[in-house]
Amino acid sequence: MRIMLRIVLLLMCAAPVWAAAPMPEIPKGKGEQCVEDTALMRTNHMEFILHQRDETVHRGIRTKKHSLKECIECHAVAGDDGMPVSVQSPKHFCSVCHRYAAVSIDCFQCHNSKPQTK
Amino acid sequence: MDKSDNNIDQYRRRFLERSTAIAAGGLLAPGVLLHAIANARPADEAVTGKVRWGMLIDSNKCKTGCNKCVQACETENGLKRTGRPDIDAQWIRKVTLKQKQTGHTTSLPMLCQHCAEPPCVDVCPTGASFKRADGIVLVDKHICIGCRYCMMACPYKARSFIHEDLSDQKAHAPRGKGTVESCTFCVHRVDKGESPACVSACDEGAMTFGDMNDPASEISQRLREVQSTEIRGDLGLNLGVRYQGI
Repeated sequence: MRIMLRIVLLLMCAAPVWAAAPMPEIPKGKGEQCVEDTALMRTNHMEFILHQRDETVHRGIRTKKHSLKECIECHAVAGDDGMPVSVQSPKHFCSVCHRYAAVSIDCFQCHNSKPQTK
Repeated sequence: MDKSDNNIDQYRRRFLERSTAIAAGGLLAPGVLLHAIANARPADEAVTGKVRWGMLIDSNKCKTGCNKCVQACETENGLKRTGRPDIDAQWIRKVTLKQKQTGHTTSLPMLCQHCAEPPCVDVCPTGASFKRADGIVLVDKHICIGCRYCMMACPYKARSFIHEDLSDQKAHAPRGKGTVESCTFCVHRVDKGESPACVSACDEGAMTFGDMNDPASEISQRLREVQSTEIRGDLGLNLGVRYQGI
């Protein structure tokens, strides 16, 4: 009984240590500041791009501020070969957090996850 | 800034745009450039019903065997051959018509006709198939469920279904498995004041693109002058694509 209790106690003490997965290392985008405050972007980026997508597709508004294309331009991460990586790579800006949070996104089934080479 | 100030700014902007266009047209001469600049809409302004985009195709000028419009479309929109022609997406195709009695053949490109009364929009259960205010018929792939009712409703067989996963799409033309797609009139180019890729690629000058609501536009003038036909005009769909010489 005592041994059992000890094990339980030990596990409880150790819990915070092994429960915390390493925080994702978020790659830095181009420029000093994102189009919105970083904290706001972290919680609301999906709302911004959702709104922008309807504005663009249905009303033809093509402002750059909340455009997914611009997110990808600024937040491109170079792979080992120096070329931007796709969302399949764990280094991709979107993948870094979405893998950590286990939130799967389907944006890139249709959209290109790499900046367009002109 | 109050609202009237804002209006003045808009008028000023339009005046400047037009005068730049006229100046550029005067200096550089080609009417195409003048046309392009005059039609450019600011990126933050929504499309309106004042404009109706349309196309006039002169089948007398369209060469049998020439495929440039189709190739330009594939390059512009990133349509790749899958190796299975029966499932390849086709936004524009060349069609050859033959008069059985005389043997006379006519070649013409067939694409989404951008109907004013589009049957694809009528049947769409989710609202994914829609007509933009300026007459361009599109699929919002975000809400398309891939049911393909629109493909059955379309009298022109203009739409394609994407059967397989795609990769490396063009940033301006997102496309993906499980959705229906068709000619967009190169909406990303039109929004910049350019012509669709097929029109730009046609060396024969067989395709004219422009605003059918503007009486001064080239397309309106041509439509006034020449006899043009709507394919299956009997359906009364008021097409955005019209043919000359058929």
